[in-house]
Amino acid sequence: MDLTKLTIKQAHDGLKKKDFTSVDLTKAYLSEIKKSNKEINAYLSVFEDEAIKDAEFADQKIASGSFSELTGIPCAIKDAIMVEGQKCTSASKILENYTAPYDATVIKKLKEEGVVILGKTNLDEFAMGGSGENSAFGVTKNPHDKTRVAGGSSSGSAAAVAANMACYALGSDTGGSIRLPSSFCGVTGLKPTYGAVSRYGLIAFGSSLDQIGPITKNIEDAKIVFKAISGKDEKDATSRKYKYEDSNTSLEGLKIGIPKEYFIKGIDKDVEKIIKDTIKKAEDGGAKIVEISLPNLKFALACYYIIAPAEASANLARFDGVRYGLSAKADNLMDVYLKTKGHGFGQEVKRRIMLGTYTLSSGYYDAYYKKAQEVRQLIKQDFVKAFEKTDLIFAPVSPVPAIKIGERSDDPLSMYLMDIYTVSVNLAGLPGLSLPAGKVDGLPVGLQIIGNHFQENKILGVASFIEKMLQ
Amino acid sequence: MISEEEVKHIAKLARLELTEKEIEKMQKDMSAILDYFDLLKKVKGPESQLWAGDPEERSDEGQLRKDEVISSHDIVDELISAIPDKKDDYIKVKSIL
Repeated sequence: MDLTKLTIKQAHDGLKKKDFTSVDLTKAYLSEIKKSNKEINAYLSVFEDEAIKDAEFADQKIASGSFSELTGIPCAIKDAIMVEGQKCTSASKILENYTAPYDATVIKKLKEEGVVILGKTNLDEFAMGGSGENSAFGVTKNPHDKTRVAGGSSSGSAAAVAANMACYALGSDTGGSIRLPSSFCGVTGLKPTYGAVSRYGLIAFGSSLDQIGPITKNIEDAKIVFKAISGKDEKDATSRKYKYEDSNTSLEGLKIGIPKEYFIKGIDKDVEKIIKDTIKKAEDGGAKIVEISLPNLKFALACYYIIAPAEASANLARFDGVRYGLSAKADNLMDVYLKTKGHGFGQEVKRRIMLGTYTLSSGYYDAYYKKAQEVRQLIKQDFVKAFEKTDLIFAPVSPVPAIKIGERSDDPLSMYLMDIYTVSVNLAGLPGLSLPAGKVDGLPVGLQIIGNHFQENKILGVASFIEKMLQ
Repeated sequence: MISEEEVKHIAKLARLELTEKEIEKMQKDMSAILDYFDLLKKVKGPESQLWAGDPEERSDEGQLRKDEVISSHDIVDELISAIPDKKDDYIKVKSIL
């Protein structure tokens, strides 16, 4: 039996039946990482010794009879989420030697379940990017085609799960960073409702948009991880009192909204066909398909690329070489700032800091930032109206399957256009899922399922029906 | 097209040192992106006010915590050890003037 191919549920059942131990599982993953990571570059650091210790501890818990579905299951963590005592780089030179002083709340919760943390995964620097190419430590390759990107920004998390280098992973999603790499790598990724999961200990990018979520092999696993990490945290004032409860939502009579604005020029014909075929299958399964309109959707990308960089320019001001991280040598304080940031940040991060500083600066604030906030409100209202008529919205995750490495890296605007179907969900604070729906020439394509606030249970309930239909 | 001077001014506000080559590329990239933002001029004047959270978000279970000191003394040593330049427990910085 190849232990690295098991889902969380299957691995849990094996541990329960004593078919194997957590140490066996962990060793299997570590050996897979040794074999494949050099080429894929999914992990930035691997905790070999600590992982075995975690596993031994988990095996004791299992022997004592008091354990959960996640106990002893090996996972990977995006390197923007802090694990105490381990490096946390956010794939940036500016944090290359930074050690996390405390656990993120999601890590604390996972540790309480007795999970095994295998290591930290690659990403676009500070989670800024859609391809994974903006990492200061090299691109993550797509396990399905190593000449292509894994998608970003949670590139390493999605690739690690797809390449059996972790049973599941945590990612974060500000404008599509869980859903896009999940779609490109053919795994399941859930971006939860804003406020469903604590962001404490996640290195901030766009604070009104960021959410942590699971990347898994199937829907059942996504439920297990989401259940474990969600809920109110006093250390994150935006987190909400929320408890996940399974719903038995079936396709029968379910109203699925298809936004006509999502199927426009620019979408790859084969991707469109896969999404439409999946929608047809849902209809055959008893769902009612309703065409809806989100008239302000066409403004979402511009709106997002004003708001997210504006928030980023404020959040990243803290990397000044004074309190932690890289500190460039210079004679006066101003030069320390200039050189630290100039040398420490990569091109895309600099671009976003510049954009954010520009749109917030005197004379431009009203035309850009204020306008974007107004448009954000309109986009939210579009979704409110849509959910009056529908239970869930189905859409593509990305207009294209995984792109070639280098294909768009010199043209930021064409890279941003890959986020066209995902950013509106973050602007509206909604939950969205990427479910593998098919393949184009061997490259996976994800279906995006969007729900109303805190209706992850409805998304996951329906997704598990669709998952079965597609098998 | 955003000017070279504007790029330099914004870079200074952002405390970013950019090379001549970076300034040139930034000019090109920012101009293309800012042109794309012009799309927002087509938005029909919204009646809505600036976003301040949804009503249900605002009224939720008292989002603000009590104004009490929560001790994080247990990680003081870790925080201090991350400081690039220090004397005892103080942060050292270069002269401002």
